[in-house]
Amino acid sequence: MSVDLSTSYLGLKLANPVMASSSPLTGSVDTLKQLEEAGTSAVVLPSLFEEQIEHEAMEAHRLVEYGAESFAEALGGYFPELDSYNTGPQLYLDQVREAKAALSIPVIASLNGTTRGGWVRYAKRMEEAGADALELNVYLIPTDPYATSLDVERRYLDLLTAVVETVDIPVAIKLGPYFSSLAHVARKFVEAGAAGLVLFNRFYQPDIDLEDLRVIPNLQLSTSSELRLPLRWLAILHGKLRADMAVTGGVHTSDDVLKSLLVGADAVMMASALLQEGPYHAAQVIAGLTAWLEEHEYDSVEQMKGSMSMASAPNPDGFIRSNYMRVLASYTSPVP
Amino acid sequence: MSTESAPRRYVTLDGNEAAASIAFRTNEVIAIYPITPASPMGELSDAWAARGMRNIWGTIPEVIEMQSEAGAAGTVHGALQTGALTTTFTASQGLLLMIPNMFKIAGELTPAVFHIAARTLATHALSIFGDHSDVMSVRSTGWAMLASASVQEVHDLALVSQSATLETRVPFLHFFDGFRTSHEVAKIEELSDDDIREMVSLDAVLEHRMRRLDPDAPVLRGTAQNSDVFFQAREACNLYYEVVPDKVQAAMDRFADLVGRQYHLFDYVGAPDAETVIVLMGSGVGAAEEAVNKLVAEGRKVGMIKVRLYRPFASGAFVAALPPTVRTVVALDRTKEPGAVGEPLYTDVVAAIVEETHDDRTTWAVMPRVLGGRYGLSSKEFTPAMVKAVFDTAETDDAPREFTIGIVDDVTNLSLEWDPDWAAEPDGVKAVFFGLGADGTVGANKNSVKIVGENTDQYAQGHFVYDSRKSGAVTISHLRFAAQEIQSTYLITDADFVACHNFGFLEKMDVLGVARSGATFLLNSPYGADEVWDKIPREVQEQIVSKQLDFYIVDGHGVAEKAGLGGRINTVLQTCFFYLSGILPRDEAIAAIKKAIEKSYARFGESVLERNYAAVDGAIEAIHKVEIPAGASSDIEMRAVVPPAAPDFVKRVTAMMLEGKGDLLPVSALPVDGTFPTATTQYELRSIAREIPIFDADICIQCAKCTIVCPHAAIRMKAFPKELAADAPESMQLLNFRSKELEEHVMTIQVAPDDCTGCGVCVNVCPAKSKEAVKHKAINMEPKEDHLEVERANWDFFKTIPEPDRTLININNVKGSQLLDPLFEFSGACSGCGETPYIKLLTQLFGDRIMVANATGCSSIYGGNLPTTPYAVNAEGRGPTWANSLFEDNAEFGLGMRLALDQELEAARVLVAALSDQIGEDLATALLEADQSDQAGVDAQRGHVAELVGKLKTIDDPRARRLEAISGTLVRKSVWIVGGDGWAYDIGFGGVDHAMASGKNINILVLDTEVYSNTGGQASKSTPRGAVAKFAASGKTNAKKDLGQIAMAYENVYVAQIAMGANNIQTVKAFQEAEAFDGPSLILAYSTCIAHGIDMETSMEHQKDLVSSGYWPLYRYDPRVTLEGKHAFHLDSRKPTLAFAEVAKSEGRFAMLMRSAPETAERLFAMAQEDIDERWNLYEQFEDIERTITDEEARVEDPQS
Repeated sequence: MSVDLSTSYLGLKLANPVMASSSPLTGSVDTLKQLEEAGTSAVVLPSLFEEQIEHEAMEAHRLVEYGAESFAEALGGYFPELDSYNTGPQLYLDQVREAKAALSIPVIASLNGTTRGGWVRYAKRMEEAGADALELNVYLIPTDPYATSLDVERRYLDLLTAVVETVDIPVAIKLGPYFSSLAHVARKFVEAGAAGLVLFNRFYQPDIDLEDLRVIPNLQLSTSSELRLPLRWLAILHGKLRADMAVTGGVHTSDDVLKSLLVGADAVMMASALLQEGPYHAAQVIAGLTAWLEEHEYDSVEQMKGSMSMASAPNPDGFIRSNYMRVLASYTSPVP
Repeated sequence: MSTESAPRRYVTLDGNEAAASIAFRTNEVIAIYPITPASPMGELSDAWAARGMRNIWGTIPEVIEMQSEAGAAGTVHGALQTGALTTTFTASQGLLLMIPNMFKIAGELTPAVFHIAARTLATHALSIFGDHSDVMSVRSTGWAMLASASVQEVHDLALVSQSATLETRVPFLHFFDGFRTSHEVAKIEELSDDDIREMVSLDAVLEHRMRRLDPDAPVLRGTAQNSDVFFQAREACNLYYEVVPDKVQAAMDRFADLVGRQYHLFDYVGAPDAETVIVLMGSGVGAAEEAVNKLVAEGRKVGMIKVRLYRPFASGAFVAALPPTVRTVVALDRTKEPGAVGEPLYTDVVAAIVEETHDDRTTWAVMPRVLGGRYGLSSKEFTPAMVKAVFDTAETDDAPREFTIGIVDDVTNLSLEWDPDWAAEPDGVKAVFFGLGADGTVGANKNSVKIVGENTDQYAQGHFVYDSRKSGAVTISHLRFAAQEIQSTYLITDADFVACHNFGFLEKMDVLGVARSGATFLLNSPYGADEVWDKIPREVQEQIVSKQLDFYIVDGHGVAEKAGLGGRINTVLQTCFFYLSGILPRDEAIAAIKKAIEKSYARFGESVLERNYAAVDGAIEAIHKVEIPAGASSDIEMRAVVPPAAPDFVKRVTAMMLEGKGDLLPVSALPVDGTFPTATTQYELRSIAREIPIFDADICIQCAKCTIVCPHAAIRMKAFPKELAADAPESMQLLNFRSKELEEHVMTIQVAPDDCTGCGVCVNVCPAKSKEAVKHKAINMEPKEDHLEVERANWDFFKTIPEPDRTLININNVKGSQLLDPLFEFSGACSGCGETPYIKLLTQLFGDRIMVANATGCSSIYGGNLPTTPYAVNAEGRGPTWANSLFEDNAEFGLGMRLALDQELEAARVLVAALSDQIGEDLATALLEADQSDQAGVDAQRGHVAELVGKLKTIDDPRARRLEAISGTLVRKSVWIVGGDGWAYDIGFGGVDHAMASGKNINILVLDTEVYSNTGGQASKSTPRGAVAKFAASGKTNAKKDLGQIAMAYENVYVAQIAMGANNIQTVKAFQEAEAFDGPSLILAYSTCIAHGIDMETSMEHQKDLVSSGYWPLYRYDPRVTLEGKHAFHLDSRKPTLAFAEVAKSEGRFAMLMRSAPETAERLFAMAQEDIDERWNLYEQFEDIERTITDEEARVEDPQS
């Protein structure tokens, strides 16, 4: 008996729930092809960062004009003038096109904007370049003590609405866990037109260099233990919102995939494990998933999706009580 | 005849582009080498070729950068001999280097055109500006010479030259005035490819090809001939030269039929019955024509001849162009030929008139007299008023045969007086803009000229005046707009619109002197319309009131900042100009500006466009008119140019130049031989920094890193006895000096607040951080205005602190070296320059006894360009003595210094020995056997020499007089041969090689920026693989030359590769060892440069990273140690820890390629990494190599002794 691994995410029919999340591996056609061969059912390309594009454009401009027209022997500046500096989104859009041409699985483009104009403009271009869906990677650290949670949420909503109104392809939003009322915000996003939610964005966390006493950006790969946070929230949100949900951050093994599906994920996204083990690790994860499902006599992925969400779990309190209480309780008597 | 092609376009471009456009489209091989002001022609050709543009033959011309102009000429010669249509561009010294090949090319009757942006030849001084001294120096080469007087003519006559050279087989020098024409932006009619095809005879091209060297039909060319036939063979070409004038005229006539503009060999303008006629060529023609037109309209019988074909000089055509009524002819030469009967054009005119009169081919009754005048050397202004003065003088019976115009000659009294208020300029709108180098003013103005030129029927002209300094430079733009073609080839003095883009200028220069009455004045002001009046100096207020100016302000920086453009105010102020000047209807102007923005900035990306559009919209809202009170009321006064304590020469001469009034200095004010005093930058007090480093003694760890890296010697350290501190201002922060040698001393770090450029390198390298707030260091950049008063007082005291006794401290380390006075200070180098810290260190260590031979380039410009000189003197009046010969010969020049010093030393020693009875045996022995290997020894010898000089005065012996003159050479002197990589790796390499091979005691310091920095970033053989540079627009494909390895091949050369930012201790060591080494030394000093595309504040970090990546390994190769049985080569940097690609990301020169051509970048960077790995591997092996070097005594022995 073969298990039906198929699932659907953002209205896209996926052969199985294992997608490749945005990472350096999804940045080149060679590794994208390997990911497809390994069985991943969709790929999310690395994010186009509006801020970076703007910065590069301004830097190219500055570079070419730096020192120009001030000293009589070097009036043309210090660099040759080129017809184009490729500072725009062109390289990214080419990447989308190349990925589309090379793969038969869905290609999801990812965008990280800073301005409303930028979100709309680049989203449209990504759609035109052939992306099957968009993932909005909103990276916002509110530092102003006078900015309310409402202000922050409104910014997310504005951006999302603007993009949804602009493109016809489905749009997912990748969010962080740090909202005062995550469930409420998630509902607002869905109402604003998000076809999917991706839980959660792993923000780059700064580190300190003790030698130089400097703040240094540092990206650490995830571990399976990080899965707990999205698991809880998926379980909570499952069934409450009309949107597909994907887990990202901490999916390393087939067990992680299974847990995600059980709490209600429509799909999972992998990055760190693939970076560590190589693209073909996905094949092992899918094989493990299949084996478990077969062993436990499931017919399909659809069958198990959400079967342990808060609504369906035998002990739903486990999702909403803190570990502290749970641990304490284990020494006394079961929580009523 | 008209072709069926599309109508010709009007384009707005400068003279260089006008020439290059024709040269590129008609040639197949273009050999280039950068030289101001001709470099843009080569750069454009290179850029066009890189973009795949094709010539009319359908191919992309092969553009190759050579190692010198001599190399370019040789390559051109070879390509021509092989049948390719070939050209080059050059000027000045570059043209001189081409002379040998030019004789050959002409001697072999080879068609070619060289396009020359005529520039002054270096004589008593170098000048980058324009005159005819270069082209006049090649008039014997046998090249035809065609002169263009305007940008349109450059375009047209470039084609006429190309046509004529092919028709005649005589090579053509097509020249136009450097800067005045080469850099003037003007609206011209562009010639189409079809025009070019019509003008270039295909048959003539085929004939040229058929004459090529070809093994299928072999010939021999370039034979050696003997006295039997050489002479006759030389005369064999005569027929070809005889027909040149007619063929040029035929080409001009064909051109007139085709395009409509008619040129003649000599064009006459003026009254048909003129009695006085001036003759000239080049850009002066424009000013002269305006004057002639006005004078003729006033009824004066005057006229002028524009010389187009200067060689061969067609006497008949010249005389025929003169009206028969002429009584006086005045030849005006833009060159000087000391000792000649007259300047070249004068002698040609005289000869032509005499010959034609003698042969009875003239119509005049009496042969006219001929006068000769010099004008316009080094782009000296030449105005209609001066032309009028020439006519006024020439019309008198006792007019001088020889005169000058445009200067005041109070020595030989040759100059004519002129009335500066007399003007002959037709109607139009004139605007003058004062900008700061970096603010984009000039670029925006070029754009404005284009907008008007290309969107209206009006003609437009832009001419730009630049600073001689590289930091804090002032630019002045002169823009004209008029309904008729603009001939005014001189600066504007009565502007309708004046804009001052930098508020600070108002206190420093006379901005409104150029404003006419009733003009509009726009000021970029941080102050609003209601408060600005009280913030401007009284002198400016007075002018605004008396000239009844319309005064507007805009907060350009505020608008630009808001639009996301940072400090780039160009778009804002350009918008204001159009808005206020009314040159175009406002709506049209705004639309045109936005269109122009799209054209200029689209290639950078949409965000750049959007931000500029926002700046346009923001600008209009931010313009405010200022209500003008009845009179001046300000307490603010314009600053004195130099302090009262400045020496007489500085006050009399330097100050005038600083004020922009150098034109008014008479001949008597200037040295006769180009010799100037040093140590004058200290009087300039440019005060250009917005932020300056402020010392916090509590945190300082006394490492002296801040002072060693300071490019401008503006942050300094001193240690001094505690008792001196009593007189210090209270505000001066002192701390106990940590030192074994100097006990009971205090120290401080002090900024020279008016000399700092605010680059921030010192703060960036400061390792001492506050425990409470890590970003606070022992020095911190803070707003200058908040500290100026206090720091000025501190600095004044600091200057009085004496240098510590050099014999008491260890000057062989960083801290010790930084206690010494720099004798190189406050240069005009770029803010954050990576070269100057090395020169400064050199002067700290040995400045009181060095001679500097400086190759032309950045270091000769910030080192030796007037008005002020950074080389300074110590308390005893000693300091570096400095000279620049040329670009190409610097090593030889320095070697010559060494030879002379050695000779004088030997002569002095002989005389000391001979006079030992009279000066005393002990003193003679002390003098002859002095050990000057350290500072104490040098000081002791100075004492002996002083004693000697005292004794010599009392000795009545001619030998004593001879010894007096050269006794100073008994004190050890060192010769430093300084220059950049363009010199050492390329044009001067032969000399560097020979100087190293000489074995003489010279020190070569290469300030390696890996690019021709001074001329704007062209690739040299030092440019690394993968870097983008001019002439390497698609990334340099081959590896950097390893000059150190070449030097090490001479076993007896001391070689060090250093980078101050990576290891300043090694840097100090290398200087000490090189100087101490009694033989040739070579120091390759990595020098960060704005051409690297880095933030100069982080200069030293880049050096560190590049060393960490193995890109620039630090090493010293010291032949001396082999005598002790050690290995000569020592690597001073550690095994690479960083990948090259990582470092490359942080430098624009590499990062640009990653953007523009990612695949090429990946390939070249991988190769660059291999270069690094391979070289590191090789150098590691060098460490183990044993060399057996000839015994030191034998090695340093002079072969003659």
